[in-house]
Amino acid sequence: MDNDRVDQIIDKYQGEASSLIQILLGIQTENHWLPKEALERVSEKLQVPLARIQHIATFYKAFSLVPKGRHEIHICVGTACHVRGATRVLDTVRDLTGIKPGETDLDLKFSLETVNCLGCCALGPVMEVDGKTHGKIAPGKTADVLKNFE
Amino acid sequence: MPRINSPSELEKLRQGILSDRDPEKPCITLCSGSACHATGSGDVAASIETEIEKQGLSAELDLRKTGCHGFCERGPIIVNHPEESCYFQIKPEDIPEIVSQAVKEKGIVERLLYTDLNTDEKIINESEIPFYKNQKRLVLGSNGSIDPKSIDDYLAIGGYSALEKALSQMTPEQVLEEVKKSNLRGRGGGGFPAGRKWEESRNAPGDIKYVIVNADEGDPGAYMDRSLLEGNPHSVLEGLMIGAYAIGSHEGYIYVRQEYPLAVENLTIALKLAEEYGFLGKNILGSNFNFNIIVHKGAGAFVCGESSALMTALEGRAGEPRPKYIHTAVKGVWDNPSVLNNVETWANVPLIINKGADWFTKIGTEKSKGTKIFSLVGKITNTGLVEVPMGITLRDIIFEIGGGIPGDKKFKAVQTGGPSGGCIPENLLDLEVGFDELSKAGSMMGSGGMIVMDEDTCMVDVARYFIDFLTDESCGKCVPCREGLRQMLKVLTNITEGKGNEGDIKLLEELSEVAKEASLCALGTSAPNPFLSTVRYFRNEYEAHIKEKRCPALSCKELITYHVDPDKCQACMICARKCPADAVDGDKKKIHIIDQEKCTKCGTCFEVCPSRFGAVNKISGESVPPPIAEEKRIITRKSKEK
Ligand SMILES: Cc1cc2nc3c(=O)[nH]c(=O)nc-3n(C[C@H](O)[C@H](O)[C@H](O)COP(=O)(O)O)c2cc1C
Repeated sequence: MDNDRVDQIIDKYQGEASSLIQILLGIQTENHWLPKEALERVSEKLQVPLARIQHIATFYKAFSLVPKGRHEIHICVGTACHVRGATRVLDTVRDLTGIKPGETDLDLKFSLETVNCLGCCALGPVMEVDGKTHGKIAPGKTADVLKNFE
Repeated sequence: MPRINSPSELEKLRQGILSDRDPEKPCITLCSGSACHATGSGDVAASIETEIEKQGLSAELDLRKTGCHGFCERGPIIVNHPEESCYFQIKPEDIPEIVSQAVKEKGIVERLLYTDLNTDEKIINESEIPFYKNQKRLVLGSNGSIDPKSIDDYLAIGGYSALEKALSQMTPEQVLEEVKKSNLRGRGGGGFPAGRKWEESRNAPGDIKYVIVNADEGDPGAYMDRSLLEGNPHSVLEGLMIGAYAIGSHEGYIYVRQEYPLAVENLTIALKLAEEYGFLGKNILGSNFNFNIIVHKGAGAFVCGESSALMTALEGRAGEPRPKYIHTAVKGVWDNPSVLNNVETWANVPLIINKGADWFTKIGTEKSKGTKIFSLVGKITNTGLVEVPMGITLRDIIFEIGGGIPGDKKFKAVQTGGPSGGCIPENLLDLEVGFDELSKAGSMMGSGGMIVMDEDTCMVDVARYFIDFLTDESCGKCVPCREGLRQMLKVLTNITEGKGNEGDIKLLEELSEVAKEASLCALGTSAPNPFLSTVRYFRNEYEAHIKEKRCPALSCKELITYHVDPDKCQACMICARKCPADAVDGDKKKIHIIDQEKCTKCGTCFEVCPSRFGAVNKISGESVPPPIAEEKRIITRKSKEK
């Protein structure tokens, strides 16, 4: 992400330091992660110390300081999905991809995240891949879903 | 659209909208909330549009994409007006028939109607279906009839008339008095009386005051606030405007989690329209009252739902709570008086102003007035959002509305109040739902998560689950929460893994006491509740884990083994083929055996074994029978021998 684009996002919020989180969210949404250069640019433009930006970037779950894989797997571990066996789904996906929640594999194919309640509890347990919901997913069915991704 | 400048202009506009609309004109409403979207309502909407076009009915039939109807179990949901016939689990291929019937008088698609599970009768109207019949949908009710992206839809059902009434017929003091009199208690957490909070802010010194909507909805099993924001955003805005007027605030915030993209979208549209129409900005409805609202997207931190942490986050910092010996109502955002209420609390305000506190206080119990929305989820037949009058029993919610537990399983407990709440056992099912009643039972109302658990749910694991969640979400500022929860998690994990020791319960109780007494915010002080309530009602489960290394619910992975019963196995190969770990040995004529070394305990074999065989067992607390001798594994099939 180049500096011009970062500047545009900052300008959308009138460059106010109180909008720091909103600005970082803007960058995260567009770029899927927060590169160091972008954070330095934000720090410079908003006159906010980089340390504070890093505090925020590590405090909130939405931010990633490392690049994400081409496909994002979200496993809902909300309470409803939990009592319907989400842990077993998660364990199977971990075995299949070889990564833990929060990690991305070396080929940048998959990133795995757990999320708290996607709001479709009737479908639990739920796995979401690139925004598509796979409901009532049994551990044994996860492989069938994931094999379709390159 | 020219700005509306006075109450009379608003009424004129409303009359205009109503007279342009023919209530008898057929209209298909389709639930387009997040849950139905996940079950394919997007595709259904597209086919309705093409089909209307194809059948040449554009002039005779409307389509309205609404918010969540609540009965998520049966989504996507269609209700046809004016007949109000409703259809469930709609697929695109059902659409041609639905569309062609919709324009006929009394046209109905019989096969898609709801069938009563007890009487086998077909039910046409939503209001007759058991799931809806026992509800009282005051706040959520409009979700099914309006397009959240249209302000005219909201005006057509009387929207913004409460704001108009407050601004033109009531002084701020009168509004405050009405809300105080209604005894509206907060729907997001502790159940604090909203009016008292408002009054404190109103009386606090300072010219700048804020009103804030808490739409962080961090409870990991609840989505009421999301559905309200997605389905009826103007009702929340209207409540906020009225609150601002009462308090003397000119700036409002909506703190909404970015994980709710549709809610953010609909809110943003609603704000833009409200501004265009003149419900926001300067001199609203000619009353000299000025008010603006800013949307702040939350970046994902459970603790930011807590009032002081949320306000810190609004200032653009890491959302850590602060001590509250001075209330946020007096010193909140940038040290200015700030009133924070939950989405549902705000959405109740227009109702109270319109219909009066006397009407509101007729609903509910002595100390808990009005209705409450719950997200009824987990091991329940009718998953969905339910709005019920306070005072209804848990049993009525779970068994009358929720339809009980699926799969002939036995009810074990219901968890309310989210991570700060607790589990309520079967013998307390006749408890009347109210703020104080739930607290007395060791749980709490919280924001309205209601997770039903059956005999297969391990209560120690549930406690571990919540403490795990909270350990992860603890902001780390104070030691009792940061370190105490981590220790509790360690002990609980040990217990669920069969490494528990005598004395662990005592240790957990001590840790709980410190966290309760000494944590900085309610995340820590209430964190032990999931443990305390489960140990109070299900102590025997803890003891079985610790003493016998047995999980009575057959759920804790480390304490169970999967075993194929050689007497029941028909060597059908289904489990062997489906096993992701290749741990099942056997072939078509050879009784299957699970290789315990390879088994990852994912439970696939247990799930796929045909129920007429039921050959896969879960064993806990006893040793696995040794594999049978090789020669005995061969089965000869009588039918195929000839
Ligand atoms: C850790 C923690 C998380 C909370 N999360 C939420 C939340 O997601 N939504 C909410 O409305 N209230 C939440 N609350 C409660 C708020 O602190 C506050 O009491 C509430 O928003 C006030 O509004 P009400 O009086 O209308 O309920 C949370 C409290 C704590 C301690």
